[in-house]
Amino acid sequence: MSEKIGVYVCHCGTNIAGTVDVEDVAKWAAEQLKHRGVVIARDYKFMCSSLGQELIQKDIQELGLTRVVVAACSPHLHERTFRTACKNAGLNPYLCELVSIREQCSWIHADKVVGTEKSKAILSGGVERVIWHEALEPLRVPIHPATLVVGGGIAGIQAALEIADAGFPVIMVEREPSIGGHMAQFDKTFPTLDCSACILTPKMVDVGNHPNIKLLSWAEVTKVDGYVGNFQVVVKQKARCVVTELCTGCGICVEKCPKKVVDDVFEAGLGKRKAIYTPFPQAVPKYPVLDRENCTYFIKGTCKACEKFCPTGAIDFNQKDEYLQFDVGQIILATGWELFDVRRIPQYGYGRLPNVLTSLEFERLSNAAGPTGGKIVMKDGVTAPKSVGIVHCVGSRDKNYNAYCSSICCMQSLKFAHLVHERTGAEVHNFYIDIRTPSKGYEEFYQRLLEEGTHFVRGKVADITNSVRLPGEEGKLVIQVEDTLIGKQRRIPVDMVILSAGLEPRHDTKEVARLFGLSCSADGWMIERHPKLDPVATMTDGIMIAGCLQGPKDIPASVAQGAAAAARVVGKIQQKEISIEPVRATVNQDKCSGCRICNNLCPFNAILYHEDRMVSEVNPALCQGCGTCVAACPAGAITGTGFSNEQVLAQIEGLLMLNVKRMETIPA
Amino acid sequence: MTDTFEPTIIGFTCNWCSYRAADMAGTARIKYAPNVRLIRLMCSGRLDPTFVLKAFASGADGVLVSGCHPGDCHYVEQNYKAMRRFYLIKRLLAQMGIEPGRIKLLWASAAEGAILANEINKFTEEVRALGPLHWNPTQGIEAPAHAQPLVEVTA
Repeated sequence: MSEKIGVYVCHCGTNIAGTVDVEDVAKWAAEQLKHRGVVIARDYKFMCSSLGQELIQKDIQELGLTRVVVAACSPHLHERTFRTACKNAGLNPYLCELVSIREQCSWIHADKVVGTEKSKAILSGGVERVIWHEALEPLRVPIHPATLVVGGGIAGIQAALEIADAGFPVIMVEREPSIGGHMAQFDKTFPTLDCSACILTPKMVDVGNHPNIKLLSWAEVTKVDGYVGNFQVVVKQKARCVVTELCTGCGICVEKCPKKVVDDVFEAGLGKRKAIYTPFPQAVPKYPVLDRENCTYFIKGTCKACEKFCPTGAIDFNQKDEYLQFDVGQIILATGWELFDVRRIPQYGYGRLPNVLTSLEFERLSNAAGPTGGKIVMKDGVTAPKSVGIVHCVGSRDKNYNAYCSSICCMQSLKFAHLVHERTGAEVHNFYIDIRTPSKGYEEFYQRLLEEGTHFVRGKVADITNSVRLPGEEGKLVIQVEDTLIGKQRRIPVDMVILSAGLEPRHDTKEVARLFGLSCSADGWMIERHPKLDPVATMTDGIMIAGCLQGPKDIPASVAQGAAAAARVVGKIQQKEISIEPVRATVNQDKCSGCRICNNLCPFNAILYHEDRMVSEVNPALCQGCGTCVAACPAGAITGTGFSNEQVLAQIEGLLMLNVKRMETIPA
Repeated sequence: MTDTFEPTIIGFTCNWCSYRAADMAGTARIKYAPNVRLIRLMCSGRLDPTFVLKAFASGADGVLVSGCHPGDCHYVEQNYKAMRRFYLIKRLLAQMGIEPGRIKLLWASAAEGAILANEINKFTEEVRALGPLHWNPTQGIEAPAHAQPLVEVTA
């Protein structure tokens, strides 16, 4: 029995009809593709409208169509719409093909003859392809109710709490001794100037106390196996040298530890911590971590002050790293960001000039719990600066470093300017390229800063130096800048410079991506499934991303993403099982020679080799449907559903009008 | 003949980057050569060398292979596999007497609609300069015996 194909050509108002003679295309299809099974070809103003869909559904029911081809917009826009329409009329949705004559034809051509001819070719390709379509059913797999959250910054915390509050188990893994992330380092948050710790620590405590959350700090994920609904993860619990069951978090060990170490992580190098430490007083969990690299006992073999003074005998120098295995259904990654290394711009003098600070250093300097108790002072530790320069876009919006805008630096710099004003009364110069204040309350904050008398100089800073050229520059840091609003070079002497450094992906984001089977953009941020319509999902089913690892963003956006990722996760858990697109590879075991060429091609480890039968098999839940193995199989034993050889080869013939041409060459 | 010759090019694009780049070029109303007809694959790694030969055998004058930039593949690294295969195909074609300039590999991210359009224009001109391939039996002067009509498809 031949297929009965229905062809539907959309006008899309004038979007298609403007450069394509839509009626001619439909008429042509009805006549010239009749021998290929086209029984009806219609054109309609808006195929995606409910009336357009009804047209298809009526034909399926009345004419008994077995295949449907819609020539309209990109399948990324309306493939689902037309598939659903077919499904509702009783036709398997995968027997419908949407070909794009808008994005790939009418919108890119001006000539109507050219547009019409190309539309016919594209449609013809679709008709040939659809003949080879198969009725497919989405795959269904059960889902494990537990979720792994990687990263305990604000995005991860929000996601974990949302899921746990919904009643499902969460395993949170944090690399540092405490959760809290970068937000815990800040003093104030823009634009409301809320105290960061006051809004963050209650959430941290909730995570620590939540009966549904298992918190593993000082731990890292080392292995991820499995697929959506059924991941097996291995977490390395680094040895704390503190028995958490015995530790009360009293802090005596920290107090008694004689070894002081510069804290490059939490204090951004400005302050010191002990060899046994909690990074900050409100740390969650409260148990300290013994830094074995710097501990006197581990270096010299004597000391043990912490063990001596611990009232509960919780110190255990022999503790070893442990590897814990968990089954989880889904994973949320929220591993955050890292500060651009300002040393890469040597002309800004960081590391050479003592009073040039990074933004994170200033956060600690201005923090009431920081090394100076929140006093904004210069490197001598006592003198307050009389004038401060804040340089925006350090390492961002700069072709030499990162082309992207780090999104938070404008507001952060405004916040710094306000804090300097408020606490020291110093004069503040902000050096900016553009001021970007697009979120709620941000522009108002900028206006407030203008009223406070902060100076704004529009121009990219060329140089920061301590070499004196003009009177008044002695003992100062001189900022050399072209003020582009007055078109003049200026030298502005200040006491302190804050470099508002950009946000960068963490240095090991690529390794994390590899571990979880994800991908990173050229900038190094993790790629979401869709930049606009699916910003928290990834190309790997069951793995979500939230917060700054997806791209620079502020706290409200990170929280929103954390919550959004959690909502997606909870929604799936509640369905108990999930359906997966059936675009998958399958191995015909009779044809498979067991050569194993395909085995190593799969980045998802979806291809299993059965030693006993000497054949390969694809795990459909792990397979992502890229089709690389299909193309590689020398025996032609692997089929890619949805993109089979027959479908693609037929489409090639159709696109080149071989179907029509052959009819012409064959004598009637 | 060369004055009026309009080459036909089959373009293989991946679902995630290059097809979306084509979508983007369309959305941005960037006008480019109408000679290319695109086929969407899930990944450039799906490109079976047979597809390229089939395209040439069916009357295409050029073949464009397009995928995500190296490192950006939505299937982690499958575009590298496409790249390996591409150079193999190119050598194979040369052995069959097809100019290597008739096949082109192009990385285009979903944001690079303008680049894709520009490269398609350039490639079209390159293929136009090479002239028609005449590999398609039905287009040639004598239709060889192996040019069978498409087999009636039965369900």
